[in-house]
Amino acid sequence: MAYLELNNVHKTYIEGEEEILSNINLSIEEGEFVAIVGFTGSGKTTLVNLINGLLEPTRGEVLFKGEPVKGTSHERGVIFQNYSLLPWLTVEQNVLMAVKEAFPKKSKKELTEMVAEYVEMVSLSHAINKRPKELSGGMRQRVAVARALAMKPEMIIMDEPLGALDALTRGNLQDEILNIWGKDKRTALLITNDVDEGIYMADRIIPLRPGPRATLGPEFKIDIERPRDKTEMNDNENYKQTRNAIIEYLMDIGNERKSEAQEELVLPDLAPKDFVNQFK
Amino acid sequence: MKQSVSLNTAGKIARFNIFRFLFQGSIAKVKQMDPKVALKKVAISIASILLFLGLWHMGAKALYNKEADFKINKALEERGQAAADSEAACIASGNPDCQPNTLPSPAQVWASFNSLLKDHGIISADKAAFKEKTAALNAQREAENLDPIVYTGRPSFVDQIWRSLGTVFAGFLLAFFIAVPLGIFIGLSPNLKSAFNWFIQVFKPVSPVVWYLLVFMIVKTVLIGSPDDSSFTISFVSVGLCSMWATLVNTAMGVSSVDNDYINVAKVLKLGTFQKIFKVILPSSLPLIFTGLKITLSVGWMVLIAIELLAQSPGLGTFVWEEFQNGANDSNAKIIVAMFVIGIIGFLLDRIMLAIQNSVSFVKTDAI
Repeated sequence: MAYLELNNVHKTYIEGEEEILSNINLSIEEGEFVAIVGFTGSGKTTLVNLINGLLEPTRGEVLFKGEPVKGTSHERGVIFQNYSLLPWLTVEQNVLMAVKEAFPKKSKKELTEMVAEYVEMVSLSHAINKRPKELSGGMRQRVAVARALAMKPEMIIMDEPLGALDALTRGNLQDEILNIWGKDKRTALLITNDVDEGIYMADRIIPLRPGPRATLGPEFKIDIERPRDKTEMNDNENYKQTRNAIIEYLMDIGNERKSEAQEELVLPDLAPKDFVNQFK
Repeated sequence: MKQSVSLNTAGKIARFNIFRFLFQGSIAKVKQMDPKVALKKVAISIASILLFLGLWHMGAKALYNKEADFKINKALEERGQAAADSEAACIASGNPDCQPNTLPSPAQVWASFNSLLKDHGIISADKAAFKEKTAALNAQREAENLDPIVYTGRPSFVDQIWRSLGTVFAGFLLAFFIAVPLGIFIGLSPNLKSAFNWFIQVFKPVSPVVWYLLVFMIVKTVLIGSPDDSSFTISFVSVGLCSMWATLVNTAMGVSSVDNDYINVAKVLKLGTFQKIFKVILPSSLPLIFTGLKITLSVGWMVLIAIELLAQSPGLGTFVWEEFQNGANDSNAKIIVAMFVIGIIGFLLDRIMLAIQNSVSFVKTDAI
């Protein structure tokens, strides 16, 4: 039995409306790092919210360790796309709030130590008393990573965590997340719009065919040994093939969408009067 | 002697700190500014004040002359040339009995302000003397379980200001304790929102005078048979009810429109209801709640005059009304003094609210 399982999941926000997600089947094993790649607006966030428990499927079931997901849980830590830090709390208070909820029995001192440990892990100790407004985008996302990990979840769900960052910060944070993941091999699910990011980080990549009625495409296994090196990977035949296959697949979907759209457009047969007269 | 000196310094320091607290933002801004720009700003403010005073002075003079001409002409038509001459001489001599009654000039208002302060000095001295005189008697009466004798003389202008501030503060607290909790409940529950919506829409536009009459009907009956004066209760309850709507609506709006990201965080962290309200929803809606409270305080101060006037509760409203009824020579000037005092206190109250807001809320708001 898989660690996380989605069986024939459908989701509509309004009854009777067209489905956002349609017939989603996914299974993730314990300790696996899976990436879901898709275009913006293809329903990625909806899919994430179904898994973390913020939304319920309209049809089908989401099973976590064999049990249906009912609401959010501390076992599944979430890193949101837009950081979602509380602006009126400092870095320490933001993380502390999460730790306090996850470990209500620990003493205040233990909790503060835990917070310090996780803030240190994302190397933000110098900014522990700053508010999110005073931090850069990358630093904010690191706080969000610390907050999610400090709750010691069994599974980490990341919803385009690096989408809003510049390329350099992005690369650094990818390594940081991989390092942390590598330490205790928690199960991880990464949602991204960047194929290279998916290949660099994940064991498996599954494209999400764009919505409405979004569904998962065929999976691509990434057989590149860890730790992976970005520059070396560029010369790896396996990498090149996988990357081309995924991009080709995504491009095909994009083209399908375009041709579908073209069929519906009928241009009116009109020309300005003077323009026509000119040639007579 | 030494003690009194140190007390005095402590008082000065405290006053200085309050000043800093109120104008923190402005001070910081001025410090950042180029001295030339700062100087220019101050110069423009002073120039505009002088321009205002000049226009006021000229306008008041024109009105004064019109009124004086009318008086002299009237005397000429009714009683002949001799009467007109004596009227003109009387006006020119500055005799208070025959001064034209119109808009007072800035100088007259300043004089009235000083005379009101002087009057306050006299009444305070009188009060102190009275207290000294009755101290022994009151101690004796207290021993016999009787009510002490209190000063029942005329209140001074400064006393009226304090009473008005007391009324507004009581009304503001009432509004705060009704509107903020109610607003939170309404914002949290769509059902309560629909239950209260008609209520808010209907009562929000009701005029202060009508609120006063409504409160009067109720309080009069509730306090029936009580020997105490109910005018204070009536006026502060009216002020509170009249001004609480802005806070109620803003709080409800702030609470119901919390950023969905924050709500998701609360869900993912599995915060309890209590934690969710106090750690996420309230901090996020504080800026809107404070906007409401600021409007409430200024509306309260604005309607106070009308309500005090109706309720005959001592305060600035009563002061203005009595001066108007009294028709003495400097009444008009005193009314203008009251107008400025009301305006300036209103401005200070707004600054106090802003300073409190900036010290508790995560969003720093600039003064306008």
